Amino acid sequence: MAAHLSYGRVNLNVLREAVRRELREFLDKCAGSKAIVWDEYLTGPFGLIAQYSLLKEHEVEKMFTLKGSRLPAADVKNIIFFVRPRLELMDIIAENVLSEDRRGPARDFHILFVPRRSLLCEQRLKDLGVLGSFIHREEYSLDLIPFDGDLLSMESEGAFKECYLESDQTSLYHAAKGLMTLQALYGTIPQIFGKGECARQVANMMIRMKREFTGSQNSIFPVFDNLLLLDRNVDLLTPLATQLTYEGLIDEIYGIQNSFVKLPPEKFASKKQGDSGKDLPTEAKKLQLNSAEELYAEIRDKNFNAVGSVLSKKAKVISAAFEERHNAKTVGEIKQFVSQLPHMQAARGSLANHTSIAELIKDVTTSEDFFDKLTVEQEFMSGIDTDKVNSYIEDCIAQKHPLIKVLRLVCLQSVCNSGLKQKVLDYYKREILQTYGFEHILTLHNLEKAGLLKPQTGGRNNYPTIRKTLRLWMDDVNEQNPTDISYVYSGYAPLSVRLAQLLSRPGWRSIEEVLRILPGPHFEERQPLPTGLQKKRQPGENRITLIFFLGGVTFAEIAALRFLSQLEDGGTEYVVATTKLMNGASWIESLMEKPF
Amino acid sequence: MDCYTANWNPLGDSAFYRKYELYSMDWDLKEDLRDCLVAAAPYGGPIALLRNPWRKEKAASVRPVLEIYSASGMPLATLMWKSGPVVSLGWSAEEELLCVQEDGVVLVYGLHGDFRRHFSMGNEVLQNRVLDARIFHTEFGSGVAILTGAHRFTLSANVSDLKLRRMPEVPGLQGAPSCWTTLCRDRVAHILLAVGPDLYLLDHAACSPVTLPGLAAGVSSFLQMAVSFTSRHLAVFTDTGYIWMGTASFKEKLCEFNCNIRAPPKQMVWCSRPRSKERAVVVAWERRLMVVGDAPESIQFVLDEDSYLVPELDGVRIFSRTTHEFLHEVPVASEEIFKIASMAPGALLLEAQKEYEKESQKADEYLREIQELGQLPQAVQQCIEAAGHEHWPDMQKSLLRAASFGKCFLDRFPPDSFVRMCQDLRILNAIRDYHIGIPLTYSQYKQLTIQVLLDRLVLRRLYPLAIQICEYLRLPEVQGVSRILAHWACYKLLEYEPRSGEQVPLLLKMKRSKLALSKAIESGDTDLVFTVLLHLKNELNRGDFFMTLRNQPMALSLYRQFCKHQELETLKDLYNQDDNHQELGSFHIRASYTTEEHVEGRVAALQKAAEAFNKAKNDFAAKATEDQMRLLRLQRCLEDELGGRFLDLSVHDTVTTLILGGQNKRAEQVARDFRIPDKRLWWLKLTALADLEDWEELEKFSKSKKSPIGYLPFVEICMKQHNKYEAKKYASRVGPEQKVKALLLVGDVAQAADVAIEHRNEAEMSLVLSHCTGATDGVTADKIQRARAQAQKK
Repeated sequence: MAAHLSYGRVNLNVLREAVRRELREFLDKCAGSKAIVWDEYLTGPFGLIAQYSLLKEHEVEKMFTLKGSRLPAADVKNIIFFVRPRLELMDIIAENVLSEDRRGPARDFHILFVPRRSLLCEQRLKDLGVLGSFIHREEYSLDLIPFDGDLLSMESEGAFKECYLESDQTSLYHAAKGLMTLQALYGTIPQIFGKGECARQVANMMIRMKREFTGSQNSIFPVFDNLLLLDRNVDLLTPLATQLTYEGLIDEIYGIQNSFVKLPPEKFASKKQGDSGKDLPTEAKKLQLNSAEELYAEIRDKNFNAVGSVLSKKAKVISAAFEERHNAKTVGEIKQFVSQLPHMQAARGSLANHTSIAELIKDVTTSEDFFDKLTVEQEFMSGIDTDKVNSYIEDCIAQKHPLIKVLRLVCLQSVCNSGLKQKVLDYYKREILQTYGFEHILTLHNLEKAGLLKPQTGGRNNYPTIRKTLRLWMDDVNEQNPTDISYVYSGYAPLSVRLAQLLSRPGWRSIEEVLRILPGPHFEERQPLPTGLQKKRQPGENRITLIFFLGGVTFAEIAALRFLSQLEDGGTEYVVATTKLMNGASWIESLMEKPF
Repeated sequence: MDCYTANWNPLGDSAFYRKYELYSMDWDLKEDLRDCLVAAAPYGGPIALLRNPWRKEKAASVRPVLEIYSASGMPLATLMWKSGPVVSLGWSAEEELLCVQEDGVVLVYGLHGDFRRHFSMGNEVLQNRVLDARIFHTEFGSGVAILTGAHRFTLSANVSDLKLRRMPEVPGLQGAPSCWTTLCRDRVAHILLAVGPDLYLLDHAACSPVTLPGLAAGVSSFLQMAVSFTSRHLAVFTDTGYIWMGTASFKEKLCEFNCNIRAPPKQMVWCSRPRSKERAVVVAWERRLMVVGDAPESIQFVLDEDSYLVPELDGVRIFSRTTHEFLHEVPVASEEIFKIASMAPGALLLEAQKEYEKESQKADEYLREIQELGQLPQAVQQCIEAAGHEHWPDMQKSLLRAASFGKCFLDRFPPDSFVRMCQDLRILNAIRDYHIGIPLTYSQYKQLTIQVLLDRLVLRRLYPLAIQICEYLRLPEVQGVSRILAHWACYKLLEYEPRSGEQVPLLLKMKRSKLALSKAIESGDTDLVFTVLLHLKNELNRGDFFMTLRNQPMALSLYRQFCKHQELETLKDLYNQDDNHQELGSFHIRASYTTEEHVEGRVAALQKAAEAFNKAKNDFAAKATEDQMRLLRLQRCLEDELGGRFLDLSVHDTVTTLILGGQNKRAEQVARDFRIPDKRLWWLKLTALADLEDWEELEKFSKSKKSPIGYLPFVEICMKQHNKYEAKKYASRVGPEQKVKALLLVGDVAQAADVAIEHRNEAEMSLVLSHCTGATDGVTADKIQRARAQAQKK
């Protein structure tokens, strides 16, 4: 089921197995038939860990969504609440429990906090008079969830907002805990690098946590060579730009949730059924996207412009393979052909799906508006006319294009200009409030607090220095056969990934000046290893760096890192971890505030 | 030896009082004691001083400082007083410092200045303020009595089990009583107060007048009153300079004295010894100290400095800036031995031993004398006992040597009293050392018990000494060493326990909440921080709680988050405290959408927001908020006037709605009032008119002046509404740069081709080519191909 997790340099299936084991152990503690009441947010991430079959094996007979008043009737011995430690959820649980007591046979209640048990929540349950009703109150440390062979995410929606707007480090604490779990399974990571305030804090927490467990010496041979902790606010630019990889575009246009995407069904109407016009499916087509699918693994990280040719080549190969059956003469040959059939059929299905998806995306990318938007983005990123009111943005506002799109562009301009001139900024803000409504002043304040939108102070624009030193803009980009990470944005090389690239070679010392311009401290910590565990690298063997994006990462950045991993002479392979997989739209949306 | 009794002062015929120095004070006081609030705990306990207590005339910038010292003046803690004005300080029986604030809040601190908890003396006290307060001790614990500004008393007999009792009113009481005290009778705390020539006793039910038997006539008011350490006796000082001493039951007068000083004394305390028949009080004025008892003469001392009296079980401690003395009645055994020309057996034995040391035969004579009277056991006992009452080790030694010498001549003298005294003195000398600074007398020590003494050493974190004492006394492990080790371990654990999840709840249990907070913050575990915060919130008064938060930014922001969801009003207070006007502004904006329903309420909320933004120097937000106020009012008028829904539309949508409703003039007006930029207004009108499909009006509009957005948008929007006919009208007006695009939009491929060719624009030509479909466009396509070929030739 999760074989793709073990394809990478680091077998992330080990982590998945560990968390599955923990889940089974908990379920077995509550003997007898069970019903699980879900905090709805958790179902997605849990789906990546355990399917219903696992739950069923452990006598889970019913599943409900957590909501107020009574629980639905269920003839089970145990009711287990799977929840995040949030006070508002505790109130709902209490309501459930209190209304339950009045009827029917008594049932055992349990509560599983994900990822952490909370004294605060237990206190609330106590205040509400239900704490005693729970037999087991435990925590399930599901911090980092394996998404793919080289990708882990905490799927913590509000992490960026909490860290940068509200100075709430809860998600950083979970990140540190998650890293400790990872180190328990994959050995102590000997070197920690970091850039940014949050990175510093996570490193501090890790060091502190290590001290707390000094008793238990980790004797696992270290798999990772380095850990690089990166604050999202070190690179506010990248997520604002439109991702141009295949996977990035799917996410930009349709949104990928917990590795699933929902697509408009029309293009997927089964063609074999003859005149499909009558029964067009109305339900969205749901597809899982990960490297378990061979074709997807091949094209996900390519620039979208390079996807078409791969798909048509694949189509030829597959139809050629199907043609083989005409050449199969002997019984042996036919037998062999038939044995390959399931695989070929799967490949054909996969190809059909992705051809449809590519068509859907092409409809968008060839639209005039998409082209205009991209042009403006690219102008900003290459430093053209970033200091005056942009007429495309103006027109977008006047035509009431989606607010998120407008905000994304204005923020991009601000970031690419190290802040906007007060007059320009006030103009945009006024236009937005007048057009979309005054209530968005709260959103604007949030964006300003996060540094995404700001007046230029000191009159100095640092972005050109950063752009030139880090070579963020490449004019000669090859989308088909890329030689540089800038292909993922057709010209712009993501700052975050460039930092990782430069850290691995030649080291950050070469860019001290730029590091000082970027916010937050940069640092290096060593975690000493006992001599027996020190790694002797074979010649030509790549280092493995775990790169942790605090505050979110985009698919395009992941694609760029995978590109670096695959370089012949790269020297470093990356495993990516993050608080949340995101894109510019979901990011801006998380910072929006709607008072009504 | 002659000089030994030099500091003995006779009071009447039967008693001597002596005063000796315990310590020369180590503290380095910058101010006079009279400028401080002072509280000293009994049993040689610590001294608390509050420097610069709140005074109206002083600049507010001078913060009071709370200092805690050992009895020898060694500093134990110093902290800036950041809470409200303090009226009174006092120590509880557990050596916790109680600070009574003017608002009736009592803050409790540990010996080391660590904040423990706080409690309030109730609403009545809060409203009427605290005029005066006393901390008193009963057999159940320590209590607080408050006299409020309304001249009513409230008390709690036990602060660890807070039950507030409001005492009944005193009939006809107009002003504050001239003096008052707490008085424990029948296990109940009472208040005795003096109003003019009358005394009243308050219990929880009634106020009863009191008459003192044998009180001299002519008293018009009482200036001081004192209850003895054991609550059995009462002394009052009147305005005639007369002192009455009697039982606290008011049944019996013991004695009286006329000191002829009419000035009110600063302090008056009892000075008596358990099991002694002598009764005396010590009265202190500015520069004079007087011991008064059942004798025609008093003993008088001159005070060189501001001094403070601390009543003890068996005497009075007197400390000043430089010294700390003890004044007490000379114990019987000492008196017997040292009284000049005493022939008591103990005195003779002491002499005998001294002569023995001088190798004089007189030793034998003295010894024989005692033995002949058969008083040697008494002599030994007397010497042992007297040794216990001596402060100076040399004298203790010489008395013990005498006892030991005497013992040699006795066959069956049980050794334990001697051994025990040696042990006790060793302990007493150790704790009296100025490093430790607990000047217990033998009687106090016995009363206190070794267990309590060990607890107090632990409280002072003197673990090694406590352990040595346990080992020395061979106390059972459970009571002694292991208990102390447990305390020590606990203390150390708190310092060194690395796992914050374990450490923090422990700290909370030990009432070290502030330390708990900083440890929780250090750990990064926000849940832990929250837990401590909610604990602190219950423990501290609001002001202190906010102050604590202010020093811990991380905790503050977490608490803000909590408030955002749970306590909105508190959130506002927090922003106010921090002068965070920007956030206050946002707060009021939120309120204008969520908590206020009516337009006027919403506008009022926005008004507050605008003011806050002005204070935050956020001109843009202030202006935008004012615009929004204007808009809301306008929208209400529109709703009243035109019907329909306008509230909460944006300016843009308000104008659009007006146009859609045919209110073009109103629309123009609003657009002008809110200064909508021309370009956007054109887009707006264009969109609205096309939505209405009011093509006539649209055309009129397009001709009203030159379009600031060009005419391509007109073409586009008409095509969007599938009106090619109208679209074509505008296509001709589109400027050359977008002409090709416009022509293609209206489907005029041929003309588009002509324009592109005319422009000799390669991009335009290929755009047109891509639109050439089917046979009809074949001619056009050929035309372009030819043009291209020609262009390439050149």
